[in-house]
Amino acid sequence: MRFINSESIIETINMIKVQHLDIRTVTLALSLRDCADRDVRVVGEKIYEKIIKYASKLVEYANEIEDEYSIPIINKRIAVTPISLVGESCDEYDYVYLAKMLDKAAESVGVNFIGGFGALVEKGCTRGDIALIESIPEALAQTKFICSSINLASSKSGINMDAVSKMGQIIKETAELTATEDGIGAAKLVCFCNAPGDNPFMAGAFHGIGEPECALNVGVSGPGVVSAAIESLPEGTSFDELANKIKQTAYKITTTGELIGREMAQKLKIPFGVIDLSLAPTPEEGDSVAGIFQAMGLEHAGAHGTTAALAMLNDAVKKGGIMASSHVGGLSGAFIPVSEDAGMIEAASKGYLTFDKLEAMTSVCSVGLDMIAIPGDTPVETISSIIADEMAIGMINKKTTAVRVIPVPGKKVGDKAVYGGLLGEAPVMSVNNLSSAGFIRRGGRIPAPIHSLNN
Amino acid sequence: MQDDKIIITLSGKDKIGIVARLTTALAEYKVNIEDIKQTIMQGYFVMFLLGSIAESDYSFKEIKDALLKVGEELQMEIWVQKKQIFDKMHNI
Repeated sequence: MRFINSESIIETINMIKVQHLDIRTVTLALSLRDCADRDVRVVGEKIYEKIIKYASKLVEYANEIEDEYSIPIINKRIAVTPISLVGESCDEYDYVYLAKMLDKAAESVGVNFIGGFGALVEKGCTRGDIALIESIPEALAQTKFICSSINLASSKSGINMDAVSKMGQIIKETAELTATEDGIGAAKLVCFCNAPGDNPFMAGAFHGIGEPECALNVGVSGPGVVSAAIESLPEGTSFDELANKIKQTAYKITTTGELIGREMAQKLKIPFGVIDLSLAPTPEEGDSVAGIFQAMGLEHAGAHGTTAALAMLNDAVKKGGIMASSHVGGLSGAFIPVSEDAGMIEAASKGYLTFDKLEAMTSVCSVGLDMIAIPGDTPVETISSIIADEMAIGMINKKTTAVRVIPVPGKKVGDKAVYGGLLGEAPVMSVNNLSSAGFIRRGGRIPAPIHSLNN
Repeated sequence: MQDDKIIITLSGKDKIGIVARLTTALAEYKVNIEDIKQTIMQGYFVMFLLGSIAESDYSFKEIKDALLKVGEELQMEIWVQKKQIFDKMHNI
């Protein structure tokens, strides 16, 4: 654009001002592998110093760039090497202490969250992995900025059912230790199948073991922009044109994210990693993935057709994003968190959207069962079985799936859990009351699936 | 340098002296005007201005803060953005 193209300028300003286009997160991904030591106190000090060294300017630079382009950068975050690996070399394990040091570093540099308090255990657990997993409830209860993720399964390795069983219990304990805040600890804990090592979004961000020393990853969002683009089409426009429109919109959102990511990386003097183009909703009106389903012609999220709508949306978003950047990564697709999306909250509250329908939707969305409040008295084995089902969907379909459910202490179906901010609020949803205990008690591993004869 | 180009978008109720007030501030801050467009949209005056801050002794932030004050004085909405965001978003 050598001269002024007023239509483009108005479109961009509208996307930011009216349709809630924003950079959802700039996430500094940092390896902490060189912080290992036999003495856990030394590990803690090294972690703190390294984070301060790399991230002290992260928030300041993000604010500068936000000002230069007048586009909001909502979150500034850090993702680190799975901490089980960093703390494993210690003579005596103390993962809660390491969580506190991470928390202190996060607070010092002013980020919103720090992710990576986790382990990769899809095929089995080391001693350090077990110690970390067992420390999660206390670590999340005693810190403010920590997010935890555990990879329990993969398409190559199968499902670690011992760890799945354990995580049901850990989720429940984590919720109970933060009972006064409706179990918010569990909102910062996610179980994965095929977890990507470059995801900038929380609670699942961590710095994968094949990643470089550090990188700047960006997550962009814009469900409102996609809704508005669909609504701008004449009524009855075919799916062919609809898919194209979504691709074009995703392209525009992604190019913006890449610009911001590259500028941030340049300022921080670190490599640009990936852009994660995910339609991440917020509880604000007009920033809803459920709103996109309605724009497509469904009465509400949960109606028959929702899974097909989500499949098309997810695919079109990826196609548009891929064209816009050399390095698209992370989760890239459509998120369907219940508590963080005004439309999903409404659909769940009115009973249009059930747990089972959400599970079906996760077979085509970019993540999984996300931010779902369930009754506080849900048996541990049922939580583990919810995880097992979701891991199976990811494993067989060779995609990332995840579970972030919150068994809200003392609350039952119809009650509401309130978290505030981007985490929003969630109606407590009913789960199947049949027992899965015998299934979960078996333990062991579900073998890796065959990768041919795909029927 | 692409980084030196800025787009200023000013909108609000039409009145006498809008362009004069804005361009005076731009001259003061040594922002060179490369293109101007103005129109009436839904009854509101809207003006777009492409400027270069290459010759300015002031930082982007200083210039933007000064222009936001001009917007306040004129009781108009003003957006000051680096031009690259439009170039990236609307070109393949």
